Amino acid sequence: MTTLSSTASSLAEATSSDSALRRFLHGLPGVDQVGAEQRVATLGTRSIKTTAKQQAIDLAIRMVDLTTLEGNDTPGKVRTLAAKAQRPDPTDPTCPATAAVCVYPDMVGIAKQALGSSGVKVAAVATAFPSGRAAMDVKLADTRDAVEAGADEIDMVIDRGAFLSGRYLEVFEEIVAVREACGSAHLKVIFETGELQTYDNVRRASWLAMLAGAHFIKTSTGKVQPAATLPVTLVMLEAVRDFREATGQMIGVKPAGGIRTSKDAIKYLVMVNEVAGEDWLDPDWFRFGASTLLNDLLMQRNKMKTGHYWGPDYVTLD
Amino acid sequence: MKFEYAPAPESRAIVDIKPSYGLFVNGEFVDGHGKSFKTISPSTEEVLAEIAEADEADVDAAVKAARRAYARVWSKMSGAERGKYLFRIARIIQERSREFAVLESIDNGKPIKESRDVDVPLVAAHFFYYAGWADKLSYAGLGSDPQPLGVAGQVIPWNFPLLMLAWKIAPALACGNTVVLKPAETTPLTALLFAEVCQQADLPPGVVNIVTGAGETGRALVSHPDVDKVAFTGSTEVGRAIAKAVAGTEKKVTLELGGKAANIVFDDAPVDQAVEGIVNGIFFNQGHVCCAGSRLLVQESVAEEVLDRLKRRMKTLRVGDPLDKNTDIGAINSGEQLAKIRALSEIAESEGAERWSPPCELPSNGFWFAPTIFTGVSQAHRIAREEVFGPVLSVLTFRTPKEAVEKANNTPFGLSAGVWTDKGSRILWMASQLRAGVVWSNTFNRFDPASPFGGYKESGYGREGGRHGLEGYVR
Amino acid sequence: MTRLDVKKTYKLYIGGEFPRSESGRSYVVNDAKGRFMANAAQASRKDARDAVKAARAAFAGWSGKTAYNRGQVLYRIAEVLEGRRDQFEAELRASEGVTAARARTYVDAAVDRLVWYAGWADKIAQVTGNANPVAGPYFNHSAPEPTGVVAVVAPKGPLLGLVSVVAPVIVTGNTCVVIASEPHPLTAITLGEVMATSDLPGGVVNVLTGSVAEIAPWLASHLDVNGLDLTGVTDPALATDLEIAAADNLKRVRRPGVEELLDPPPLDRMTRFLETKTVWHPLGI
Repeated sequence: MTTLSSTASSLAEATSSDSALRRFLHGLPGVDQVGAEQRVATLGTRSIKTTAKQQAIDLAIRMVDLTTLEGNDTPGKVRTLAAKAQRPDPTDPTCPATAAVCVYPDMVGIAKQALGSSGVKVAAVATAFPSGRAAMDVKLADTRDAVEAGADEIDMVIDRGAFLSGRYLEVFEEIVAVREACGSAHLKVIFETGELQTYDNVRRASWLAMLAGAHFIKTSTGKVQPAATLPVTLVMLEAVRDFREATGQMIGVKPAGGIRTSKDAIKYLVMVNEVAGEDWLDPDWFRFGASTLLNDLLMQRNKMKTGHYWGPDYVTLD
Repeated sequence: MKFEYAPAPESRAIVDIKPSYGLFVNGEFVDGHGKSFKTISPSTEEVLAEIAEADEADVDAAVKAARRAYARVWSKMSGAERGKYLFRIARIIQERSREFAVLESIDNGKPIKESRDVDVPLVAAHFFYYAGWADKLSYAGLGSDPQPLGVAGQVIPWNFPLLMLAWKIAPALACGNTVVLKPAETTPLTALLFAEVCQQADLPPGVVNIVTGAGETGRALVSHPDVDKVAFTGSTEVGRAIAKAVAGTEKKVTLELGGKAANIVFDDAPVDQAVEGIVNGIFFNQGHVCCAGSRLLVQESVAEEVLDRLKRRMKTLRVGDPLDKNTDIGAINSGEQLAKIRALSEIAESEGAERWSPPCELPSNGFWFAPTIFTGVSQAHRIAREEVFGPVLSVLTFRTPKEAVEKANNTPFGLSAGVWTDKGSRILWMASQLRAGVVWSNTFNRFDPASPFGGYKESGYGREGGRHGLEGYVR
Repeated sequence: MTRLDVKKTYKLYIGGEFPRSESGRSYVVNDAKGRFMANAAQASRKDARDAVKAARAAFAGWSGKTAYNRGQVLYRIAEVLEGRRDQFEAELRASEGVTAARARTYVDAAVDRLVWYAGWADKIAQVTGNANPVAGPYFNHSAPEPTGVVAVVAPKGPLLGLVSVVAPVIVTGNTCVVIASEPHPLTAITLGEVMATSDLPGGVVNVLTGSVAEIAPWLASHLDVNGLDLTGVTDPALATDLEIAAADNLKRVRRPGVEELLDPPPLDRMTRFLETKTVWHPLGI
């Protein structure tokens, strides 16, 4: 158990060599799978009703990184998405905008133009998303390209092969390099937790990324199953909580993929509230990477407003 | 952003509490001859119902009904048929599960989250489990032709009213015994609702009899000469008295008594789950749990860190209305118990232990006690030796595994223990060294009908649950 | 001229040694015909206390041995007893006045019983333990463990009676303090000699001779005794009193009632002084 007692200087030491980093990451407390999942299940029984639910739904909308990451994406599709992000419910001006739209680097310019000064950010997946299997200079070029096109945020993927074979310093240095290439853009580091498999690995990846300067840690690309899960996000929330405790520095968390219903989103928010704390209940520190979630949030929002259930015909399909 | 959970009360409409209740004898509700008493809701002090008190003659009538049912019906019935009655009961409990959960939370004060997700599902599971044993007793390793004992007199506590009823009645009936059960004085309502379940299941009259009352009623039951088996869950003090009362008789006895479990956290523990285990170990059911992990033994090198995490976690515990679905800690079961918890806590302070509770607002009516930890506790402090039976944790430290074992075992109790470490060989070594009937490693307060439960030393004898649970009900 | 016998002084067997009673007392033991045989030590409450102390001290080591090892030690006792069978047959004929054939039957049965229990050592956990299929992701199993220090009042039948109550208690890892049959204590002490030379660690079995009515209450109320076997108590009022005293620390009590010694013994001679320990552990990656 080294986390809380670690001082900033000993954390710097942790990344001084491959073996030091390995010692540090393997010295982190283990995660008991059953215990972690039970904690999530118990939190999942929280009953969020009436005013709390309204509050949660609006917050969840503000936290959405509205995403399209398909091979058949076109400028038209991205523009539609940008419109939806700015005015998720065209009939209700009180409905908040989402946090960002998330696209491939070649669509950044289109998205930026469509969003203008709305305040909705543009996030771009880079570094040979989703596999990350490309040469380092290709990944850096990918990143710079997106930043130059105006991306506010870069969602990079880690080299899971290197991570799983224990080449932690390599992963670390890659994140440092991409962060540098980001310039003033914020860096989200994707672990692809479905490939890391164990919660111990998720905790280690979290610390590795935080030490390397990630602004956000993110579960998944959405291209691998399972994508975001509550227990994986729990472990990551514990990591950012402990990291702040150790360094004073706050890191954001973004579960992505597989979150489709308001009910799911509210479970995440309850978990953020009770595990990391209310400071993280803000789009600056917690995001949902999602596409269909937004419409379910809108339907629930309208149900709360009107008192009857809505149907999918009443929200826009984009 | 501040995220306030709006009240999320479970509806009371599902339960129908009658103004008064009689005794359940020979399949019918009858008047008691003692003076009646009131059962109240500990969270509001509202009077819920008037309950008949069974006097000696009432107990005698119940035992006679049980004897008759035993001789004429139940002991003659095939195991398969007995089993089918138990399956029926299990199913009816599942069908009426929400009603039972709400009633339990009202009468006992425990959060609906627990009565709904823990108590009642386990009750149904228990009946389901023992139903299957009824026609397989000759395979249970208890002899080739195990026979029932006769009439079982069973006395249960107020902390898990319906669950303890299930732990007692299910194995007794499966083995072919009939029962007279006395629920605790402060929590009789779910047992009386269970009587209705027996009626709905068409259980032959007299197989289950329920007599309500306090200590005197219990004494009359366990010392009744025609009772063949006494099963008791409750305090060690009363358990001792029962063991004395049955001395020299042929009565078979099982006792499930107090505890002062150590929950041992090593420096390599999965710390976040360990903190959950500590919280669950002592604050589950307001700490009204005989196997509660009431002594935290934490390795000195990580004591400060574990405590910091524990305190931070405790700040998220929600104390209040038992019927609110978001309540983690409900009401203390009675004014008497509250006074006892307060008294022991005051003694702890006067003995020099440091008291800490998270800021929490307690309701003005009813019986409440904030989740509390005492640090700087030594083995010599009373708070580390006596069972508090409330949401109060004593924190002690140790340096080596050996010292942890010594401290953990240094108690007359021996019901349960917890161990948290990531090292497999240490878990198994610790589990072998701890003198306790249940060892939870990297988990705590888990229960299952297939898993035997019961203590070493002054925590009682006999096991409930699992194949071992049959042993107390056959000869 | 006939040679004068060298007679044995019968003492107690405590902690692997053969001390006299600390009280300095003894009582006369006659043979079946009423003739003086020997003076047996008359144990006091302090001897009982010392015996409990010795039994407690031996518990960790004895219960910590492998079951295989304990089985071998019991088998060793049987071997040594077999080798000294002439002495025991002679003692039984003298003290109880039984025929030679009967004495042989008892010694045979005692040896065979030790062998029977020796075989139980590494099987009782398999017969009384369980893998429990709980409804959740947990490894869960129950296994028996010895209760601790057990006080035993032996029935009459100085050899077979004693073996029948002591072997099932110790084979599972308990240690014991046994009060030998009051009228026939000598064979018990001779059996102590057998045990002392059979690799049985000192203190696992401690034999007291003397008055049951005097010593048993001290054992029944002793808070460092975990179990009480009343098999040899013939006075129902005393048995009740002892059971009441035993309740003070919730001792596991086996009530009086002697099965026919030559019949196969019931399993509860072992299980009565076993605790079931259930261990849970999550299953996860």
